Amino acid sequence: MAKKVKRLRVRKHKVVLNRSAGGDTVITVMLVILGALMFLPMYYTVITAFKPLGELSITPPKMYVIKPTMKNFIDLFTNMNQTWVPISRYIFNTVFISVASTLGCLLLGSMTAYSLSKVRMPGYKVINNIIVYSLMIGSTITGTYNFIIYCYLGMLNTYSISILPVWASTLGLYLMKNFIDDGISDEMIEAARIDGAKEFYIYWKIAMPLVKPAWLTLIVTTFQSVWNAGASVYVWSEQLKTFNAAIVQITGAAGTNVGAATAGSVLLMSVPIIVFVVNQSQIVETMASSGMKD
Amino acid sequence: MSDTAVKKSTKPEKKSKQPVSKKDMTRWQYIRSEMKRTRAGYLMITPFMIMFLVFTVIPVILSLLLSFTSFNMFQFPKWVGFDNFIRMFLDDDLFITAFKNTMIFALTTGPASFILSFILAWFINELSPKARALVTFIFYAPGISGGAHTIFLLVFRGDIYGFANGWLMKLGLISEPILFFQNETYIVPLMIFISIWTSLGISFLSFIAGLQGVDRAQYEAGAVDGIKNRWQEVWFVTLPNMKSMLMFGAVMSITNAFGFGAIVTLLCGTPSVNYCAWTLNHHLTEYMSTRFEFGYASAIALFMFILMFTSNRLVNKMLAKVGQ
Repeated sequence: MAKKVKRLRVRKHKVVLNRSAGGDTVITVMLVILGALMFLPMYYTVITAFKPLGELSITPPKMYVIKPTMKNFIDLFTNMNQTWVPISRYIFNTVFISVASTLGCLLLGSMTAYSLSKVRMPGYKVINNIIVYSLMIGSTITGTYNFIIYCYLGMLNTYSISILPVWASTLGLYLMKNFIDDGISDEMIEAARIDGAKEFYIYWKIAMPLVKPAWLTLIVTTFQSVWNAGASVYVWSEQLKTFNAAIVQITGAAGTNVGAATAGSVLLMSVPIIVFVVNQSQIVETMASSGMKD
Repeated sequence: MSDTAVKKSTKPEKKSKQPVSKKDMTRWQYIRSEMKRTRAGYLMITPFMIMFLVFTVIPVILSLLLSFTSFNMFQFPKWVGFDNFIRMFLDDDLFITAFKNTMIFALTTGPASFILSFILAWFINELSPKARALVTFIFYAPGISGGAHTIFLLVFRGDIYGFANGWLMKLGLISEPILFFQNETYIVPLMIFISIWTSLGISFLSFIAGLQGVDRAQYEAGAVDGIKNRWQEVWFVTLPNMKSMLMFGAVMSITNAFGFGAIVTLLCGTPSVNYCAWTLNHHLTEYMSTRFEFGYASAIALFMFILMFTSNRLVNKMLAKVGQ
């Protein structure tokens, strides 16, 4: 009996193992259908923002715009110019809060993740378990008691209330720890220690560059949650509110104007999407370059 | 042989930091020398631990203690033992409704979002880098936009100008517009549908990253060992290699599934018609911020935590069997 020789399939000059052509087709078709379904509402919202008033009340709604108009956005910006605090102040607040909270969260989180994953001091398992279980405690539960703490620390109605609690977020830490566990071998860290490197040096110069995809993923998710958190109920000075909160207020005031409200939400969602796209291109790059490690 | 007992390998910069064999000393001495050796580690976790203590641990301990009391913020908490928990099951019809709905939502959206996230991440992983970035964007975009509720309010508007109503009428499936978010028949399935729709969040991204991290050599070794198709490959090679990412995804899905409620509040208002989509999350918020019965609310929170904790243990056990 002659052994059946398996033919290797080649995709873009690369040999692919164990992939049947039929399976590839089925998967592609499924991806296209699901993708269309997923993206449809987004697409519909975006085109609604460009529809003139007349087209908004066509039934059934068209999937395209006959006469695209910027009027909805112009309405929105006219409303913005009438705000009591200049709009630039809102933008500054948003940028400041997002950057400060994201950076702090990532720095503290990655330092802790590295220590728990590679230094493994006595008691690291207990700390680790506490962190995993704290992931399951929603903000609803801690919310009210946090208020007491904010009061006690005098954090009400300041920037710090939007920034400091984010630094305590365990989500990023846990994700970072998983990346370090999976992506960095103990041998490499040991080698650095034998060469006499200090822990902090190993963390910053050796471990962190290797988990760049984790950093990028975390930047996206942290930024996104900070951005979407919008108006905190504990901040009531107009000067301290974010751009996000301002837009919600403005579109809320616009009331029944569906066009302007949709334009507002398109504007709001475009920011995290831009951050994501820029980041994603970076992720693809780091993936491509880290592929050469073998 | 004392050197076989060396637990951690060397770090010979200072004499005092030399690893020590466990046999020569008592347990406590060993732990103390280990603590000394890993001092840098403690230093590195300190800033985070302070934040964590202040903003998470203290509130949780407070909530834990208060769940056995009756507390309204103005008077000093009064110890009532297990009264809150007894009241929850015997004297609160709405709690039972909330519990039932939460279980319905959790058991559908939890596994569905987890499996969908993984399957899509796995499919996407096969694409070329450029196509991967684009497809990731398409699937991730609905979850990323905080304005998800605006989108669905637009799509499922109750009048004939809404997208779903307009097309259903055009196709002749219905004769008059449905008030989707005010109709008891539609709310629950619609909420499940929408939450799955927007559920491709952080676990989806981490799955993609985790899949990228699997060593290519493993696949080749697998092929040599006689793996025949992609389904065997995903079970025997891919999944075992990204277990920690799977754990992460599971924790996220469980948390979101049992904490279900935010999207209902945004779309249907609170309470939803005839409490038909009333969940534990709503019940908790109601007692926290409307009725100010913090003791009882804390008891509900504790109950939710126990639910999540148990299901996390169960899922842990299931994930341990992956790849066998």
